[in-house]
Amino acid sequence: MPTVAFTRALERFLQAPPADVGGATVGEALGAVFTSRPALRGYVLDDQGGLRRHVACYVNGKPVRDRVRLSDPVVASDRIYVFQALTGG
Amino acid sequence: MTDRVYVGTRKGLFEIARKAKGAWQVAGVHFLGDPVSALLPDRDGGIYAALDLGHFGAHLWHRARAGDWRELAVPAFPPKPEDATDDPHPWSLGKIWTLEHGVVPGRLWAGTMPGGLFRSDDNSASWTLIESLWSMPERKQWMGVAGGEQPGISAVLVDPRNPGEIRIGVSTAGVWASHDAGKSWRIMNRGGMYNEYMPPERREDPIAMDVHRLAHCAAHPEIVWCQHHNGVFRSKDSGINWYEITAIKPSKFGFAVAAHPRDPDTAWFVPAVKDEKRVPVDGKVVVARTRDGGKSFEVLRKGLPQRHAYDLVLRHALAVAADGETLAFGSTSGGVWISEDGGDAWTAPEGRLPPVNAVRFAA
Repeated sequence: MPTVAFTRALERFLQAPPADVGGATVGEALGAVFTSRPALRGYVLDDQGGLRRHVACYVNGKPVRDRVRLSDPVVASDRIYVFQALTGG
Repeated sequence: MTDRVYVGTRKGLFEIARKAKGAWQVAGVHFLGDPVSALLPDRDGGIYAALDLGHFGAHLWHRARAGDWRELAVPAFPPKPEDATDDPHPWSLGKIWTLEHGVVPGRLWAGTMPGGLFRSDDNSASWTLIESLWSMPERKQWMGVAGGEQPGISAVLVDPRNPGEIRIGVSTAGVWASHDAGKSWRIMNRGGMYNEYMPPERREDPIAMDVHRLAHCAAHPEIVWCQHHNGVFRSKDSGINWYEITAIKPSKFGFAVAAHPRDPDTAWFVPAVKDEKRVPVDGKVVVARTRDGGKSFEVLRKGLPQRHAYDLVLRHALAVAADGETLAFGSTSGGVWISEDGGDAWTAPEGRLPPVNAVRFAA
């Protein structure tokens, strides 16, 4: 099963531990996490279900291509990592 | 006497309490490091705080009088229809810009960027987009704030005598009204305003009005004040017809306005050099007060910095308490000043705060 892990920066607001989940795409894997942790969804996705503008999502160390529909395929051994770039003052 | 004021900043929420006459101190710090975009105190001592997290979106939290902070539902837009390709604005919450009580118990209004108005009837357990406003074809003409990406609802005025009477101010789209608690809407401002930065043929177009902030007199809600991009305007008929208040000094540009809760002739403004600079005139922070409906103004400066002060006061950063005497404002330089005598004299709590977005007195 793909593994989904989140930046520790989210721990200021809510719990976001790593999870082994099902799913054949990035969207399905994230959706599986949000099913058990619905409050987390709004921190990662915008109202239309795409990645928030300043949130990054990588699979095995490479950025996902489809940030809107999250359709990049994943397999059981994949590691999905959700994080952000902290910038500015 | 109001003894507590909340200050929402770019890096947290600061609670400032009155310790003695003229002596106010920071008594609590919440969400340190997180941008706070809007505040709404409850009548029973609680407070709502809207966060505008740079990476992780807009969120809404509440703390009861003696409780812990709890995250609540946040307004969200419905799925964008496939055929809405000509909509220039995103269907995703940018930030909550203003929060107001809806007079009816449990009802809240949230004005947002990108211009969605939301209503909750259950104290923010859930929110509903006011589709009647969002779906109006005219909304696609709403313009982004200060040339930015998204229009914003900067003010929501609810008639205290009739919760179905709602008026909103939009940067940049004029004043809109509903007489049926949000079921139907129309643009309200008909005449009297103008917008100098628009092309000549659109300068008096009602939808081209950059309404920085609206405030009404709670006891006489038909009296509405507007700090507009191009000056100060007043309406005596709830916002239909406007006339310019030319006596404002030292300048007519600004963002904030506060209306006296009972006296329809009294209001406060914090003027600045107009738009290309946006700093206080001559580096002196002052408050302009009228007590005669805008015919004349006093420039109040006692206790305010008068040398090399470049503090700008944003739309939601000036507040008057229910007593009509206690005022507070905060600046983009992190200054906070409080007056207990209608603005005659000001005092600053110790400390240097982050840039201030919003100021509200405890109810």
